[in-house]
Amino acid sequence: MNESPDTMTEATAANLPERRINMIEAINEALDIMLTRDPDVIIMGEDVGYFGGVFRATAGLQAKHGKTRVFDTPISECGIIGAAVGMGAYGLRPVPEIQFADYIYPGLDQLISEAARLRYRSAGDYIAPLTVRSPFGGGIFGGQTHSQSPEALFTHVSGLKTVIPSTPYDAKGLLIAAIEDNDPVIFFEPKRIYNGPFSGYYDKPVEPWKKHPDSVVPEGYYKIPLGKVRHVREGEALTVLAYGTMVHVTEAVCKAKGIDADILDLRTLVPLDIQAIEASVEKTGRCLIVHEATRTSGFGAELSALVTERCFYHLEAPVERVTGFDTPYPHSLEWAYFPGPVRIGEAIDKLLSE
Amino acid sequence: MAEPANPADTNRPALALHVPEPKYRPGDKADFSHIDVGSPGAQPRPDESCHPSQMADLAYGLVRVLGDDHQAHGPWNPRLDPETLRTMLGHMAMVRAFDERMFRGQRQGKTSFYMKCTGEEATSIASSMALASDDMVFPSYRQQGILIARGYPMLDMINQIYSNRADKLKGRQLPIMYSSREHSFFSISGNLATQTPQAVGWAMASAIKGDSRIAATWVGEGSTAEGDFHAACTFAAVYNAPVILNVINNQWAISSFSGFAGGERTTFAARGLGYGIAALRVDGNDALACYAAAQWAANRARGNHGPTLIEYFTYRAEGHSTSDDPSGYRSAQEREEWPLGDPVMRLKKHLIAIGEWDLDRQAAMDVECAELVKATTKEAEKNGILGHGLHHPFHTMFEDVFEELPWHLEEQADQAIRERITKFGSERPFG
Repeated sequence: MNESPDTMTEATAANLPERRINMIEAINEALDIMLTRDPDVIIMGEDVGYFGGVFRATAGLQAKHGKTRVFDTPISECGIIGAAVGMGAYGLRPVPEIQFADYIYPGLDQLISEAARLRYRSAGDYIAPLTVRSPFGGGIFGGQTHSQSPEALFTHVSGLKTVIPSTPYDAKGLLIAAIEDNDPVIFFEPKRIYNGPFSGYYDKPVEPWKKHPDSVVPEGYYKIPLGKVRHVREGEALTVLAYGTMVHVTEAVCKAKGIDADILDLRTLVPLDIQAIEASVEKTGRCLIVHEATRTSGFGAELSALVTERCFYHLEAPVERVTGFDTPYPHSLEWAYFPGPVRIGEAIDKLLSE
Repeated sequence: MAEPANPADTNRPALALHVPEPKYRPGDKADFSHIDVGSPGAQPRPDESCHPSQMADLAYGLVRVLGDDHQAHGPWNPRLDPETLRTMLGHMAMVRAFDERMFRGQRQGKTSFYMKCTGEEATSIASSMALASDDMVFPSYRQQGILIARGYPMLDMINQIYSNRADKLKGRQLPIMYSSREHSFFSISGNLATQTPQAVGWAMASAIKGDSRIAATWVGEGSTAEGDFHAACTFAAVYNAPVILNVINNQWAISSFSGFAGGERTTFAARGLGYGIAALRVDGNDALACYAAAQWAANRARGNHGPTLIEYFTYRAEGHSTSDDPSGYRSAQEREEWPLGDPVMRLKKHLIAIGEWDLDRQAAMDVECAELVKATTKEAEKNGILGHGLHHPFHTMFEDVFEELPWHLEEQADQAIRERITKFGSERPFG
């Protein structure tokens, strides 16, 4: 489902040609457009230059925009984020790539103590308009260092925005909005769905994006405002709050089970679209939260608390969370770890039986 | 714990861990005769485009200009005119007077915290005077001298220290963590060494844009142990960034001596050599040497010849901050025995020796500095001191977290204001 025209700026779906692309192509296009539109945008990261990134997200961009605007960096996430903060202070709009979300930890001090606090501590003297792109999540046999979903570490930090797209259309529009945003944005890209909307049935063939309606992406510039959910599906039986890969998995499970779910793709975790969440839960009275990240202190805990605090008298059953287990992401047992159709199905049955 | 392998069984020697220990502790007689301070004027001054490997000796010696005869010697003499020297001395005297008064203010309960730079004035004032006023500086927490040298209003400094209603940082930052974009002075973090890769990034941005401004950063020798410093060196070297990395080796990181940052093994300037960065080791208590080194590095950066790492060899004459008592961990004699003297006295004696200054003018200047600081302090106190109610409006606590206030911060701001009304029983304006 595409955006309604009122949330699009400078372009509408109606007058742009219909093309179907995957999420990597959509991200590449957003970067290309922003490099072209704004001379202050620069891209840097490990292997992003000549080679075009290990997932090809920056393919062709150095050749087109030059190597002082798209360039490789030393293997130092602290240096990448730290330099980006300094570039932001100069007036650039850096879009650093962290090759895997699992690699972001050496850069955390620069993100948490520096980028996130700079506007506040300098009373607006300096800002850090960074967009840190990073592939995250499992399902590609990446083992414990190429599969993590660390979004809750960032949503816990005041001053950071956290954005996670789940379709090519959203990836492009949200990334453009993130780059134009004057606050630091963590932009996590669910790498399992770079090439297709994974349904969670890992033993079945994956559908390519081309069969999904949201692979229709306008060529030009458009943006999707941060802080607004995508209403994936209207329903009455229960509310689903999910983001990234889990949007597609939960949608597939509901479809397979014939559940009339009201599915919200959160898209932005901070700032959260609380109004849309409240409206949905007040309508359905039941709430299922699904994320791939570990359970304890995961973002689902925040969602569960918010729904309970704000919609308690509308609830007909306790809020249910479906998450990854509180273990490192295992290699051989990846699909036993992944919150797949069985775990989600059980939670739905429980929610609906009460 | 596993049983250690018995050396006797394996025919291997028993290993022994070295834990560094400073030479002198409280009560010890301090003797610095082991420190080779070289001779003023003895170090060669290479061309600013010199390859780092061709000037490696400069990372181990000490660039010095001012001699025991109070004259300037050798190729590093920056040949500054007397007016500039008097200005430099004036800034140094002002910072010293400022530090004295602010330290006392903390003891009087006017604020929570203060940090003096006594003994290190030249490392910020002389070195920043060698830069252009719009070159960007990324300081650590002991470079108040840069703000004085750049003409930042002292009233704003004190308002910040008092966190009062006129504090430009809205009472959000610990005292002395200044910020002034107008003075090309980056917001001070408080987390250590984070400013170093940021300075490199700023310099890279300036180079990307074909700008002519360079960046400089200051970091303590203790903080060079942070990964950020090494990331900064790597990035500076990789991109040949127009940046100056100043390491202030004042011998002490709170109570830990420089040995805990590797100072027993090599110099801090020598860190640069491994990265292929030009490195200078400078007498940090010699204002002319500090100026000359910074000028050399600035010329190098401006000529696209790349970064320079400068170690300023100096001594932290006072405690780390108002929160520690140095007599608890080091010998009180160290300060007086320091072989490189006091930077303010040395510059004063130089000016007198060249016939451009005298004791009467010095005495008058000292009085003038003290009176200006006193008057400015009184002016600042009209805007409040910490904890006495004259702070920024309540709602400002929630502003600037993001560019726009999201719903959850609006809700929390409402709560904070409700709590104040509950506590004080009125709807008096809290903002």
